[in-house]
Amino acid sequence: MKTETSAVDINRNIGDFAYPEVHVRDAGAGLSERTIHYISDVKEDPDWVREFRLRGLKTFLEKPLPTHWASKDLEAIDFDKIRYYLSPGTTAKRSWDEVPEDIKRTFERLGIPEQERKFLAGVEAQFDSEAVYSNIKKAVGEQGVIFVGSTEGLKNHPEIFRKWFGKVIPIADNKFSALNSAVFSGGSFIYVPPGVKVKHPLQAYFRINAENFGQFERTLIIADEGSEVTYMEGCTAPKFNTPTLHSAVVELVALKGAKIQYITVQNWSSNVFNLVTKRGLAHENAEVKWIDCNIGSRLTMKYPGVIMKGRKARGEVLSIALANDGQHQDTGAKMIHAADETTSNIISKSISIGKGRATYRGLVHVPKHLKNCKNNTECDALLINSTSRTDTYPAITVRGTGNAVQHEASVSQVSAEQIFYMQQRGLSEAQAMSLSVNGFVNDLVRQFPMEYSVELKRLIELEMEGSVG
Amino acid sequence: MKELCVEKLRVAIADREIVRGLSLRVPRGEVHALMGPNGSGKSTLAKVLAGHPDYQVTAGKVMMDGENLLELDPDERARRGLFMAFQYPSEIPGVTIANFLRAAVQSRLPEGEELEATDYYAKLYEKMELLGMDRSFTSRAVNEGFSGGEKKRAEILQLAMLEPKYAVLDETDSGLDIDALKTVAHGVNSLRSPDLGVLLITHYQRLLNYIVPDYVHVMVAGRIVRSGRKELALELEERGYDWARDEAAEPALR
Repeated sequence: MKTETSAVDINRNIGDFAYPEVHVRDAGAGLSERTIHYISDVKEDPDWVREFRLRGLKTFLEKPLPTHWASKDLEAIDFDKIRYYLSPGTTAKRSWDEVPEDIKRTFERLGIPEQERKFLAGVEAQFDSEAVYSNIKKAVGEQGVIFVGSTEGLKNHPEIFRKWFGKVIPIADNKFSALNSAVFSGGSFIYVPPGVKVKHPLQAYFRINAENFGQFERTLIIADEGSEVTYMEGCTAPKFNTPTLHSAVVELVALKGAKIQYITVQNWSSNVFNLVTKRGLAHENAEVKWIDCNIGSRLTMKYPGVIMKGRKARGEVLSIALANDGQHQDTGAKMIHAADETTSNIISKSISIGKGRATYRGLVHVPKHLKNCKNNTECDALLINSTSRTDTYPAITVRGTGNAVQHEASVSQVSAEQIFYMQQRGLSEAQAMSLSVNGFVNDLVRQFPMEYSVELKRLIELEMEGSVG
Repeated sequence: MKELCVEKLRVAIADREIVRGLSLRVPRGEVHALMGPNGSGKSTLAKVLAGHPDYQVTAGKVMMDGENLLELDPDERARRGLFMAFQYPSEIPGVTIANFLRAAVQSRLPEGEELEATDYYAKLYEKMELLGMDRSFTSRAVNEGFSGGEKKRAEILQLAMLEPKYAVLDETDSGLDIDALKTVAHGVNSLRSPDLGVLLITHYQRLLNYIVPDYVHVMVAGRIVRSGRKELALELEERGYDWARDEAAEPALR
């Protein structure tokens, strides 16, 4: 097994380890008002945050699971058995030397400090509920860029934080955004001042280490007028026997002329329920771009969205989902056009292996009064085995005249003849499969930062090796 | 013995016997043409040699330089030096010829050894020059949207790059106009060497005007019914397969 480190470690096996828990703060199993008060007390929340959490809890308890359209597998989540807050009881360190030894070893095994030195402008590392490390390169900080954990953000920068927090994704958006609003902890807060273009990516790394646990990070990124920022997140968890819940909320705000690029490479182990709400708000001439790679997990439900609020705003979702045996990737995109001359682009590629299942859900909304809006949607599915499954549910509502929508969908299968052809050239069956899959996602991966595309290719190879028997 | 040797081979697909006791020897350095009417089992033979999983070998042997090919997976056969140019090569969307060939060349290196990119491209461009191909060809996805001629040329380029010991060319002339045919024939001729044995499968004599074989075999109903020097092809052209078919009852010549 190679141990070299790279952009985000998405080797399925490297993430599969856990150290004994070292938590000083533990909210215990189950969810009640007491849990909320425990979290608020430990985090020394301001009153408005405590109230926000309580409203979140109330909404969560009131809302049913989305069982009329979503996977029945959601019912397997036992909310009473989950622990909602676990932390070592220390604050995020600015230097790796100060990070507790066990936790530091975890991130070293995942190669995080090394990547920071190599090519990142800033790093935040979250271990279960709290950030244990958070640092930004001096030069970037001096430009006025803020990159801290959400707890620090809401306390030290309330004037910016409060203005946008919970505005892009309200508490009641869905059951899991409500849950996150109740128990959120960790995640990043980023503010980029007007005109500042952050050259290198900021990265956050989310690690689940504890069993029977739920991770609920909350990320808020605000790019002020004319600024640009790229944020990358990576996620792993060990393979526990019991289900683990990851339910994040990510809100992006791109003010006039700003650009935000948000890249996710998740490599969850196959027991994780990954139910994430992600949405960006693009003001006039601003651009929000989601690049989303969903690998692993038991069930992922994630539909990154962009609300194009200002004239000429642009939204884009590029996503790759890989569903292996026992996994369901239910992913897609939401594009809400709310101003003239807004354009959106969705390119989704899914790969189903073995009994894996990939579902695409897309929502494109262009109301009647708008002019010259454009959407392009392409969703392609690749089936590896005859037992693999894919479904496409596009919902496109375009009213009025002068708006243009284009939708293309395809399903293809790696054929036995194709594999035989490649084997005849000397490739093993697994190599042939992974080359086919890489070819399928190739045009999309080319748009990713280099460090990620190399890793993604390697990960696909690993997934294919396990699937050929 | 440096030869590809087929002995009393019998092959069935879904209980239907297609190859019925076929024997054939192709020594290295020689070009053998295998001719026969449609449905005689020529392409089946090619696929069986390459190890296609749909066909079942019920009897007989296939040896390559003394090694039993039938025990090997298709990719192992390929890495040991067997190449097949497909009649209908598959498309591999999104994978460029350059990357595909690179993976194929890499698969022939010992474990842990990385192919040197500059060496690889130097060799690739050298072979393309030899075959009179434009360099931009290699940045296209394998066979995707290729014309019939382009597909066959891509097969010959792969043959040139992988430097096999034996090459089976399955109806490489089918669907080609005369110019494309000449290009492909020129490619094959330039690869002829004492280290390469070629089995050239074709329906028409036409190809043999451009690739002159050392021997010609005629296959009818799953067996070789006649073998001879290159003149046999001309005789066949004149008298037709019916003439050969009438001989099918007689023992095969060698």
